[in-house]
Amino acid sequence: MYDAKYHKPSSIADAVAALSAAEEGKILSGGQTLIPTMKQHLAAPSDLVDIRGIDGMAGVTVGDGAVTIGAATTHADVAGNADVRAHLPGLAALAAGIGDPAVRAMGTIGGSVANNDPAADYPAAVLGLGATVVTDQREIAADDFFQGMFTTALDEGEVVTAIRFPVAKRAAYAKLPNPASRYAIAGVFVAETDGDIRVAVTGAGEDGVHRNAALEAALSSDFSSDAIAGVAPSEEGMMSDIHASAAYRAHVVNVLAKRAVDNA
Amino acid sequence: MTNVSMTVNGKAVSRDVSDTTLLSDFLRENLRLTGTHVGCDTSQCGACVVHVDGKAIKSCTALAVSLDGSDVMTVEGVGSARELHPMQAAFKKHHGLQCGFCTPGMIMAGIDMVERYQAEGRALTADAIRHELEGNICRCTGYHNIVKAIEEAAGTMSGMKQAAE
Amino acid sequence: MSDGIGARVERKEDKRFITGKGKYTDDIRMDNQAYAAFVRCPVAHAKINGIDSSAAMAMDGVIAVHTGPEMKADEIGDIITGWSITSKDGSPMQCGVWNPMVTTYGRYVGDAVAVVVAETQDIARAAAEAVELDYEELPAVARTDAALDDGAPQVHENVPGNLIFNWEIGDEAKTEAAMAGAHHITELDITNNRLSPNPMEPRSAVATYDEAEDHYTLYTTSQNPHVARLVLSAFYNVAPEHKLRVIAPDVGGGFGSKIYIYPEELTCLWASMKTGRSVKWTSDRSEAFMTDAHGRDHVTKAKMGFDADGNIVAFHVDTIANIGAYVSLFATATPTYLYGTLWSGCYAMPAIYGTVRAVHTNTVPVDAYRGAGRPEATYMIERMMETASREMGIAPAELRRRNFVKEFPYQTEVILQYDSGDYFKMLEEGEKAADVAGFAARKAESASRGKLRGLGYSTFVEACGIAPSAAVGSLGAAVGLWESCEVRVNPVGTVEVLTGSHSHGQGHETTFAQLVSDRFGIPIDNVQIVHGDTDKVQMGMGTYGSRSGPVGMSAVVKALDKVEEKAKKIAAHTLEASEDDIVIENGEVKVAGTDKKMAWHEVGLAAYIAHNLPEGMEPGLKETAFYDPLNFSFPSGALICEVEVDPDTGFTDIVSFTAVDDFGTIINPMIVEGQVHGGVVQGIGQAMLEQVVYDETGQLITGSYMDYCMPRADDVPSFTLDHTCTPSPLNPLGVKGCGEAGAIGAPPAVINAITDAIGTNDLQMPATPLAVWTALQATKTAMAAE
Repeated sequence: MYDAKYHKPSSIADAVAALSAAEEGKILSGGQTLIPTMKQHLAAPSDLVDIRGIDGMAGVTVGDGAVTIGAATTHADVAGNADVRAHLPGLAALAAGIGDPAVRAMGTIGGSVANNDPAADYPAAVLGLGATVVTDQREIAADDFFQGMFTTALDEGEVVTAIRFPVAKRAAYAKLPNPASRYAIAGVFVAETDGDIRVAVTGAGEDGVHRNAALEAALSSDFSSDAIAGVAPSEEGMMSDIHASAAYRAHVVNVLAKRAVDNA
Repeated sequence: MTNVSMTVNGKAVSRDVSDTTLLSDFLRENLRLTGTHVGCDTSQCGACVVHVDGKAIKSCTALAVSLDGSDVMTVEGVGSARELHPMQAAFKKHHGLQCGFCTPGMIMAGIDMVERYQAEGRALTADAIRHELEGNICRCTGYHNIVKAIEEAAGTMSGMKQAAE
Repeated sequence: MSDGIGARVERKEDKRFITGKGKYTDDIRMDNQAYAAFVRCPVAHAKINGIDSSAAMAMDGVIAVHTGPEMKADEIGDIITGWSITSKDGSPMQCGVWNPMVTTYGRYVGDAVAVVVAETQDIARAAAEAVELDYEELPAVARTDAALDDGAPQVHENVPGNLIFNWEIGDEAKTEAAMAGAHHITELDITNNRLSPNPMEPRSAVATYDEAEDHYTLYTTSQNPHVARLVLSAFYNVAPEHKLRVIAPDVGGGFGSKIYIYPEELTCLWASMKTGRSVKWTSDRSEAFMTDAHGRDHVTKAKMGFDADGNIVAFHVDTIANIGAYVSLFATATPTYLYGTLWSGCYAMPAIYGTVRAVHTNTVPVDAYRGAGRPEATYMIERMMETASREMGIAPAELRRRNFVKEFPYQTEVILQYDSGDYFKMLEEGEKAADVAGFAARKAESASRGKLRGLGYSTFVEACGIAPSAAVGSLGAAVGLWESCEVRVNPVGTVEVLTGSHSHGQGHETTFAQLVSDRFGIPIDNVQIVHGDTDKVQMGMGTYGSRSGPVGMSAVVKALDKVEEKAKKIAAHTLEASEDDIVIENGEVKVAGTDKKMAWHEVGLAAYIAHNLPEGMEPGLKETAFYDPLNFSFPSGALICEVEVDPDTGFTDIVSFTAVDDFGTIINPMIVEGQVHGGVVQGIGQAMLEQVVYDETGQLITGSYMDYCMPRADDVPSFTLDHTCTPSPLNPLGVKGCGEAGAIGAPPAVINAITDAIGTNDLQMPATPLAVWTALQATKTAMAAE
């Protein structure tokens, strides 16, 4: 890969300073997407700012009806965390299904959410639970955060520090993996929080993770898989590639929504 | 160039490397530990799996400089030809390797999964082994004998752990 | 002796692999080593008007940039093909010229255009990106079934209509007549999907030119280093053979893709001479997808006629085979003599005829991949049988039994003569092992959970042990396909076996040693197998086509025969007995019926001390043999696959897979089972997961593991294996070869099971969830219409 300068700041202020001083700075968190991209010469940052040395960037805290997960917390640590398992078992299960064990040992929630890969799992949980993305500058509601594939509300140099998930009454995720990459061909996160039913779909849409209003409406009156049996999303706006046609994705979103509801 | 110091297979090492040197290249080119292999460029094949601070990771997807101060274990460190690690012995006994290229990663992933399951008190069934091997691709064995080898090594390692306690 | 033939011996080679001490090509580092990276054609078809390397040359650490025209000026030869095919009209095949680096036209995405040599791999790769190509994009054709279309883009000017040859086999008139009288005709359109072999070790080369000695050394990932040296020397003009050493050290799998002598390895040799540096090139996986020869890629229309009792009366095949942009080494033999000659399958077919049209496209060259031609034949035949059984209402196993070859040797209508077999027994054992009797109950249980269960068969025969030299020569092969062996007994009685076979996972260091152990009763630890180095081993032909058993081991046996004969003479002389009374067992050389004996090592010592040898005998105990097979060998098998399909997603779970194979004599069952496991999973991969996809412009869509689906541990089950044994009467051990059987037999078993589950015959490989779900929707629509 091309050369880049590595920084390991011990504070957010130093991280922000390193990013702003860089010609083209990139945050390095788990690196499980960024490093392969750099190896293929598809990304060529001048500077890499590793946020894993910053105190408090990793770990899980619980309080005020929310589970807050530090941006540098690995998928494995989320999957294995007792608090996440107790309060948001659907999220723990989702984390346990990302990539493979070695990737989960390095990849982080902040990196995944900030990257907003249209086939990544975490964005479905963040949007499905109506979580809040906490940065060094502000708090961003999930509904405002995701803005199309690989696009988020983050400003240049803004650092995600944590994701705050409301504790749900019930929540679950179901995905159909791409046989090759094991990313989601489609993934559906369903959640019932305080009076709110949310359904977030990843992997399937041309604009990345999105909510499905029809499924939410049907589940709001009856949170059961029977209630959404006939609620088939439109093919319109679904991705189509060698692994899945738009029609297939639309169909599978419905199947996965039912499975998620049954598991919630 | 940045100085990187690590403990690799129990020995302190220190080298000056460029910031973008991958751990796999650091091991193979700088330390000449060529048992760690590279079989893909998309972090999927797992031939490069090593342990860093006790966790299995893909050494092709980590920068050496970011692991300054770490404790790294490679396939060269888990056992020797004279004294094989139970996982190595099980791969030999059950013909869990053919060309040998994916084998170092398989052995390191195998040891890691056994240790994680033991720590969590979970049973490592054949199905669980297959699932845990999602990030390790073998083109020769069809996995049948790899699964058998890890199953047996899990038993041996569990017995050794109990004996040690 | 516990290490002998038939013993489940642990592998001698394993210790170095499990401790990380294997020595693969990329592990080798020479003094003064530089790194090569290739500039590649970015589009499927282009006229290269200019190459500007000035920016690359200006980069720190760049040593040289060289191009195709310079290579041509140095009289480096073009990449060759090893088998000439004659079209049915008697005309010779037409094929395009393959310059190792492009001189004018780039013909596939990845075609090498220039090489950069630099101090590090990173610099070489960055500099390769900095080389600017001035090119004009030309129309391209990528799809097999589009290459022959009127007005299709021409890949090579000298190959009109992209047709390399139109080959035929069998008796057309007889087949047409029999088909006309058939009671029932089954017809299928069959695609055999394009695959990428994907050995886990990518290709690699380290080339060194020694100016003082005018000598080259090449470490490379090869299945046949001697053939590589022959080709590099005789055809590519690198150096005469005595000035060129080729070493294939530990090689991480091949599956055919490492048979060929590609442009990159050749270029490294040439570049080492040009630059005076050792030059290393190691492919990454993306480059492997773009440059390693692909496999399969057939489009076929097949027609099989039956009489009223379900006996096959005629078989007609029309295949288009995609050869890619250039004709690789075995590319023309694979879809002809390794394909059409297998069209009789396990069955007594009285009339067979077919044609194969081989075409150029703007894609990576296609060549032999595990099975090479035989998987394509088997898939077609076994899908025809299953489809016919459904159409005629005859149970699939019963239809097969009615048509099985019953007596051996059996002369097919398509050249080959099968050596031995018992197809009834293997099918019977297979049905028992798979508990076919219990299938109906299991299907009902699946249905109760909303799942669709299916059962599929594949009974196959294949041809291994390529091949009798004179026979293949008469069919167009450029070389003979014998094998060689030298057995050296050392003065201390240990034995070295130098073989022209090459092990890249097959375990020869163990199985070949077992032959010696079996013969002389010495432990296999006292036997060393030497292979893979042209300076150490006499000429040999390498490993592919499941030939190391039937051909390579036969050469070992022949050399052992000679050693045994001489050893017995020495012992008889020393022990003052008749040579006929000498027996060798358990490491001792004895006079039968007496207590007179020598230890094995004493015979070795006697041979070298030479104080008391029979009159006129030369000292030493070392013999060489070359073995040329009398025929192919014909392993067969019955494979039964059981699947459960989730109709909601089209996801297919292989719930069980049974293989009962007849490999003749088995030297090491553990290793043979491993070959079957691996082969079956490659077959399952073809059936359900793997496919190389190009878009209409010839860009490679499946360029990494993100899109090309490799079988993983959770995609496949554990297997139920068993064996029957009808030894081959045509080689000394009775072995038949086992390396390719799984990949040959498995795909139709899987697809037959899935189509059984979902109730259609209309399904192509790979049966991905999308494909199965789509087929299910079509079936539902058809049922609703009825």
